[in-house]
Amino acid sequence: MAEIGMSAVKKRYGDTEVIHGIDVAIADGEFIVIVGPSGCGKSTLLRMVAGLETVTEGEISIGGRVVNRLEPKERDIAMVFQNYALYPHMSVFDNMAYGLKIARTPKQEIRARVEEAARLLELDGLLERKPRQLSGGQRQRVAMGRAIVRQPAVFLFDEPLSNLDAKLRVQMRLEIKQLQRKLGTTSLYVTHDQIEAMTLADRLIVMNQGVAEQIDTPMAVYERPETTFVAGFIGSPAMNFLAGRVGAGGHGLSLPGGATITDKGADLSGLAERPVTLGVRPEHLIAVAEAEAELRLAVELVETLGADTLAHGRPVGAEGADDAGALGGEAPGLITVRLPGLATVREGDRLPLRLAEGELHLFDRESGRRLADL
Amino acid sequence: MYKRVTFRDPLLPYLLVLPQMAITLIFFIWPASQALYQSLLRQDAFGLRTQFVGLENFARLLGDPLYLNSFQVTLVFSLAVTFSGLAFGLLFAVMADRVIKGAATYKTLLIWPYAVAPAIAGVLWWFLFNPTIGILAYLLRSIGYDWNHAVDGTDALILVIVAATWKQVSYNFLFFLAGLQAIPKSLIEAAAIDGAGPARRFWTIVFPLLSPTTFFLLVVNMVYAFFETFGVIHATTSGGPGQATTILVYKVFNDGFIGLDLGSSAAQSVILMAIVITLTMIQFRFIERRVQY
Repeated sequence: MAEIGMSAVKKRYGDTEVIHGIDVAIADGEFIVIVGPSGCGKSTLLRMVAGLETVTEGEISIGGRVVNRLEPKERDIAMVFQNYALYPHMSVFDNMAYGLKIARTPKQEIRARVEEAARLLELDGLLERKPRQLSGGQRQRVAMGRAIVRQPAVFLFDEPLSNLDAKLRVQMRLEIKQLQRKLGTTSLYVTHDQIEAMTLADRLIVMNQGVAEQIDTPMAVYERPETTFVAGFIGSPAMNFLAGRVGAGGHGLSLPGGATITDKGADLSGLAERPVTLGVRPEHLIAVAEAEAELRLAVELVETLGADTLAHGRPVGAEGADDAGALGGEAPGLITVRLPGLATVREGDRLPLRLAEGELHLFDRESGRRLADL
Repeated sequence: MYKRVTFRDPLLPYLLVLPQMAITLIFFIWPASQALYQSLLRQDAFGLRTQFVGLENFARLLGDPLYLNSFQVTLVFSLAVTFSGLAFGLLFAVMADRVIKGAATYKTLLIWPYAVAPAIAGVLWWFLFNPTIGILAYLLRSIGYDWNHAVDGTDALILVIVAATWKQVSYNFLFFLAGLQAIPKSLIEAAAIDGAGPARRFWTIVFPLLSPTTFFLLVVNMVYAFFETFGVIHATTSGGPGQATTILVYKVFNDGFIGLDLGSSAAQSVILMAIVITLTMIQFRFIERRVQY
């Protein structure tokens, strides 16, 4: 059991800075997911906590103890690797017992703890097997078991599910969540999969290019993304972005294709004439009767998913332009609308839309930072 | 699934394997059968009279204390060469695996001795250990050891062991380095997190994972020490002083081409051939089955 603290943590390789200063305080027992695209520095951050990478600047503490200069084994952590990193020449039992043997745990206790972990992970009959005789899911469990038996203060997961097939991934995701609830061990979990991130996390750290763009609960990140990056990264299909401009005196918003919307009661007086990015999720574009339309979409492509239908297109009046004024959502230049059920929309249609009140996000065009909600 | 190739001309497949068969026949089967045949004969030194003697050559060899002594020398020599060759190869590979700056240069330099001809390697060490002008002999004398491989049998044996090992270390180094680099880094990291220090990680994770490489090298080095060290010995001690460095291969040469006892020499070759066949068979049997994880 331990809390983790990071203050102004930086990492440089030579002259290249890959992590630009991360601050976060993680409470005891919390499940934190670090999510971001490849190369954003999320694995590096995790490896710094593990002690597999040095910390260039700043401080990392585990359980109130600064661990910057401690070897991995002195940090009281356990890690699950992407490729599981099971010792191929050892049986499942020996794999799990390796850390305990080194810690000179009595033989009987080793057996008891390994067997308990095996029961928990449904590995009972497999203890004498070698890793190569196991399926991907079983190997994954052995890797988890190896972490559990040591009863560490912190679990670290480095994309542990990305080598599994889609179905198994969903199942293991649930198991990891249940396990962590049961054990109550502080966990740090790295993934690039936003669904894993949303479902597992108590809190998310959304990273981009070595910066923590937002640290918050999954719902807060989803509902109030702090930057356009977070807004576009979390949620599927991705949020639509439209280039807009706040009207004179802060009244209304002009959109590509000549459409305008009202400020929906929000106070935009400080943003008059400001170029902005309007973010709206596909489910918050509502198909309405022509008379109520705020925006009309020239539909170019329809995808039927069963539970709902996705319509992709460009705002009417802006079809010809290259960027079409739409800064892009799912595909560059295209706006995506999620319609419930098997909507009867066809390619070539003009779809009249209304923007859901209270569900719109306004970002600064330059910096991408959140300005207001509408 | 194997793809089955069919030839329209029934002769073509035989023509295609012909070169390989020819090479095997001319360079292996023929000389080997010659040796086998020769080992059953006795011939005078001028080759004027040849007599069929059955297994008498073998019987005489096994009763000959000089031959049995040569067996013992070979055993000591090959075990020493194999063991120290593997140990140094592994040591250098582990070191080279950790080097980051100048790794390529370091590796290239370590591989060079392999390109040196055995006789040259022998002469090189012979000079270094030369009692009169050798720098190593001089250093040994300064710490109170009177080195003289021309007189002392043990010194001579050590000299050829050092020279033969030195040449083989590069080969072992290369294989060990490749083996080390094939071990996923995450395994070492997992062990580090599990609490294992560097030495423990090496002996419980790295070394067991290298076992297929080690076993392969063990057999290759044994064969090397048995058969390919002729040049080293010939250029330095010529099997002496006395019989101190006469390994089996050297005795084959000595008895056959110097002593002109072709029958005995051939019988010795046949025994060596049996040894190498056994070693190879052990390697294939063992490496396929046991040394896997």
